[in-house]
Amino acid sequence: MSYFSDWLDVEVMAEFPATRPARDRPRPPNVERAAVPAAAGAASPWQAAWLGSLLPLSVLALAEIAARLGWVSSTLLPPPSDIVRALLELGWRTVSLHVAASSARVAAGFAIGAGLAVALGSLVGLSRVARLVVDPGLQALRAIPSLAWVPLLLLWLGIDEAPKVAMIAIGAFFPVYMGVASGFRDVDRKLVEVARMMRLSSFALVRRVLLPAALPSVMTGLRNGLGLAWMFMVAAELIAATRGLGYLLTDGRETGRADLVLAAIVLLAILGKLSDTGMARLERRLLAWRDAFDPDAGRPSP
Amino acid sequence: MSARERLFGHRPVARDMPVDACGCDCGAASSPARFAAPAPPAVAGVDVPVLDVHVTDKRYGGRRVLGDVRLQLAAGEVVSLVGASGCGKSTLLRIVAGLDRDYTGSVRLDGLAQSAPSRAIGFVFQEPRLFPWCKVADNVAFEAGGAPRRDPRVDALLQEVGLADRADALPRQLSGGQAQRVALARALYGAPRVLLLDEPFSAVDAFTRMRLQAVLLALVRRHQVAALLVTHDIDEAVTLSDRILVLEADPGRVREEIAVAAARPRRPEGADFAQLRAQVLHALHSAHAIG
Repeated sequence: MSYFSDWLDVEVMAEFPATRPARDRPRPPNVERAAVPAAAGAASPWQAAWLGSLLPLSVLALAEIAARLGWVSSTLLPPPSDIVRALLELGWRTVSLHVAASSARVAAGFAIGAGLAVALGSLVGLSRVARLVVDPGLQALRAIPSLAWVPLLLLWLGIDEAPKVAMIAIGAFFPVYMGVASGFRDVDRKLVEVARMMRLSSFALVRRVLLPAALPSVMTGLRNGLGLAWMFMVAAELIAATRGLGYLLTDGRETGRADLVLAAIVLLAILGKLSDTGMARLERRLLAWRDAFDPDAGRPSP
Repeated sequence: MSARERLFGHRPVARDMPVDACGCDCGAASSPARFAAPAPPAVAGVDVPVLDVHVTDKRYGGRRVLGDVRLQLAAGEVVSLVGASGCGKSTLLRIVAGLDRDYTGSVRLDGLAQSAPSRAIGFVFQEPRLFPWCKVADNVAFEAGGAPRRDPRVDALLQEVGLADRADALPRQLSGGQAQRVALARALYGAPRVLLLDEPFSAVDAFTRMRLQAVLLALVRRHQVAALLVTHDIDEAVTLSDRILVLEADPGRVREEIAVAAARPRRPEGADFAQLRAQVLHALHSAHAIG
């Protein structure tokens, strides 16, 4: 309902620009959403959180019941209460040690991979020559499965932190690179023409027109890159690690404790979701200027 | 202000400097005088032409889009280009702007041959083309590099286009007419000598268009820019222009030049207006643009 009415509203306004009533009133940008009361059917943030956790909670409840009633073996599928107990047994210190180790690797790898990707992607997006020279090679590298890098990285970098961080950097690199390069290519020629009329230098053109215009695509690349960084982190830690969530997974498998494996999986899910939510927030804030389709239009801001 | 002073006010000295450094040079030096200047009568051909365009040939692929076209504009003069689609009106505008350099001929600004976009030329496109991530004020002053403190000229320009209270709005919060007002203010920010307008009001409704036309005329008077306007709207051409150039197609060239001497504001109800409109229509007929 609300989707439709919002959407129609936009359509009508685009057709009759002179008669856009509410939008023409001067007001700061953020008030726009906050001032509008929740449209009928639109969910508040709490409602959204409740709706979002409904499915996971029911699955957990079902798992608990199934294990308690003996429908499944609780050694193979431990009930949620066992998973919580496993985490408590490990202790706050140990759990946070593993989480911190994994997060630090992801942070370092993501920063390196994404940084390189923004630089190379900008170059490829800007220069035709660079695209012809660099892009085909990178696309071939992109096709290599992540695990294929492991032996090479172990040979080159040993079994310390370096191969893990390098692995994560490789994972984060390609989505970001693709986002930046395609973002630059899709920048509206019309805006670039305006900049040309103003005789912007090419550096100013990149900084003030191309990068902001490509930002939606760059942000999508960064979000995907962060997601892949978490996945590559697990792959890296499964091979050789003494700390981290990947190590916890291996440990659980080797000691036959499904509850430990599941505990690590739950932690991975939580961490991945948290970091992605953070990125989504950042994206929303940086892209507040966009006039794109917004399913949240008309809802009070959280 | 003599033509020579104006000319040196816009010498390409500033053009090769980085944008951010130039901020204050490209207008502050010359514009207060222009702001304060009382509106002199816009008479064609009194001064040395501000803009002197002579295109002899322009082709797309094998097709000759523009034939021999010559036009001159004086300061404060409004000249309209009308003609059928495809007669090269917009192409001519892009050539004058320096956005299209693949042609034979010359574009002279205050007597100086141009070969690239110039700060002395402002362009208002059919769409507002505002930078969506910049607030209205930053869009107007974009050329100056988004100075941290507000340039008083931005406020003055926004006042002139009637958007003084929207300086901090984002483009998406503007109506089509408001956005085009901002585009007008932005085009005038660099205190240009020539304003090029490519069907600037074709996307707004009739009432907004009339208001915007009045705004444009006031701006042209006040800033003493020469305005070259491409339009499909005969009423608009008659309302705004000192001269109307009717173009014919294949290859595009000036078929007829109609001087419009009627006093402003011109009202479509008047007899002169109807007669001028008929004259333009007749010229378009003979240029095979219609009928």
